[in-house]
Amino acid sequence: MSPILSVAHVGVRFGGLVAIADLHFDVAEGEIVSLIGPNGAGKTTAFNVMTGFLKPSQGEVRFRGTPLRGLAPHEITRLGLARTFQRTSVFPDDTVFDNVMIGLHRHAAGTGRAPLLDALVGRAGAGERALRERAVALLDWVGLGARAQERAGALAYGEQRLVGVALALATEPAMLLLDEPVSGMNASETRVFVRLIRQIRERGVTILLVEHDMPMVMEVSDRIVVLNYGRLIAAGPPAAIRSDPAVIEAYLGQGSAARRAAAEAREAADA
Amino acid sequence: MSRLLPLALLAGLVALPLALGASPYLLNALIVTGILTIGAMSLNLLLGFTGQLSLGHIAFFGIGAYVSALTSLGFDVELGFGLRVVHEPWPAAIGFALGTLAAGACGWLIGRLSFRVRGAYFVIVTISFAEVVRLVALNWVELTQGPLALTGIPPITLGLPGLGTWTLRTKLQNYYLVLAVGTLCWLVIARLVGSRFGRAMRGLKENESLALSVGINATRTLTVAAVISAAMAGAAGSLYAHYLRIIDPDVFAFTTTVSMVIMVVAGGKGTLMGPVVGGLIFGLLPVALRPVMAPEAQWIVYGLVLIVILFVMPRGIVPGLAGLVRRRPSPPAPVLEPGPAVQR
Repeated sequence: MSPILSVAHVGVRFGGLVAIADLHFDVAEGEIVSLIGPNGAGKTTAFNVMTGFLKPSQGEVRFRGTPLRGLAPHEITRLGLARTFQRTSVFPDDTVFDNVMIGLHRHAAGTGRAPLLDALVGRAGAGERALRERAVALLDWVGLGARAQERAGALAYGEQRLVGVALALATEPAMLLLDEPVSGMNASETRVFVRLIRQIRERGVTILLVEHDMPMVMEVSDRIVVLNYGRLIAAGPPAAIRSDPAVIEAYLGQGSAARRAAAEAREAADA
Repeated sequence: MSRLLPLALLAGLVALPLALGASPYLLNALIVTGILTIGAMSLNLLLGFTGQLSLGHIAFFGIGAYVSALTSLGFDVELGFGLRVVHEPWPAAIGFALGTLAAGACGWLIGRLSFRVRGAYFVIVTISFAEVVRLVALNWVELTQGPLALTGIPPITLGLPGLGTWTLRTKLQNYYLVLAVGTLCWLVIARLVGSRFGRAMRGLKENESLALSVGINATRTLTVAAVISAAMAGAAGSLYAHYLRIIDPDVFAFTTTVSMVIMVVAGGKGTLMGPVVGGLIFGLLPVALRPVMAPEAQWIVYGLVLIVILFVMPRGIVPGLAGLVRRRPSPPAPVLEPGPAVQR
């Protein structure tokens, strides 16, 4: 089966800083793949390249065979590639319901030939009702039905994450990129979220995940791609990644930990 | 209740001249205030709903005024290279339409130019644009008469074929014309804001990256907002020209933009009623103060009123009062409850 997303030798440089050196991997349709690596490894940068927020200095990203180079974020979303954000995942001043209504933006486009005119003369009624029903159904599905009329910015952190997922799902994506979705969630919230991810996959959505919560990543992923200092250092199923020496080195940082210990010892001696 | 409030206000404004009697002084103040309020409403569409500050908004107002005036006065201009443009006077109602369209077209141009970068750049481009247009109006004497002003602008004539025409000469007629145009603009903005387009504007204002990621086209959305906003400002400018029947380059005064910003911010940006409430207060305040104090003191009080309003209600009068009406404690946030998606 041809990959739904293929990242081919992508590099990103900010001036002299190499954020991503040479990233190369594929995601097959229906997979749950995790992209992991220590802080600053280039994971979010990779997401920004895939969704058009950053232009790669080299290489190419293809989604369902379409090269994404030069496409704006909203155009990539319309191809069926949606994402969530690490920190700000909601429209804070709107209700949860209105958040999802904003997220359904591209579905209202088909209701008429001149949507703006329809709105002005009040012809958009039927389309709007259909949208509202969809928003309610989607909120119920992710478990935010009871929160529909709350202001999104006032929700608990974990619930804001769910709103972010609902917004991304509202675009009816074929593939969903989740940027650290469970950071800041407690253990039980994380468990609920893992089940939600599996449910999303069962709806036919391919998932690529950036996450620091290793037990969660090991549990949910079909495959894991490991980045360090902008380089791909390992890729494979969770069991193989768990025992990969390069990954252990990157995470436990034998070298760096030893250096830090030595430096601390020196400082202590100087004092 | 929030639906009845605008209707009640409209009914009040319709009845106002009957209650006041035919005082030309008060009617004049109401008409000018109404025209400025339409300008403030149009500014609010950009500033309040998309978060983009057009500090040269008066340019669209002035363009509407000049295009409308010139269309109805006619002109004869030498363009160089032996090109000469002669325009015979057209009815003022056509001038109103052309003024509105021309201002909207300028809004499109400015939006296209500056919305790729937005924010501070939009502010600077709009200020510069207003200054350029003012200098053109001042110096292209052959077309605009420069500082000598365009005079003898005809009043707007409404007419239906077969029913005869009706020229709006009196203040009372102009008052109702301004009220009608203002109501129309209010309805257009209300419809827009409640539509998919309005949600796109709100999304962009609150969280641009997220808005882009759900498929909202930022440049297109903001440009459409700028066109509608500029066209409304142009319509207000046209009303101004045909009411005063004389305009000079002072219609491009920066202070008028500032007045509109004050009306929007004090009334409550991003609300439908905000600019109307702000417009009425700050438009009529000088009228209320004039009999009781010296001109210098009036402006001090004007400033004080603004400061007190923003101190007590930082988000503006309308959101502030709305907050007072429905102030209730929000329930404590319960833990995440699994929905049907995760209940197995």
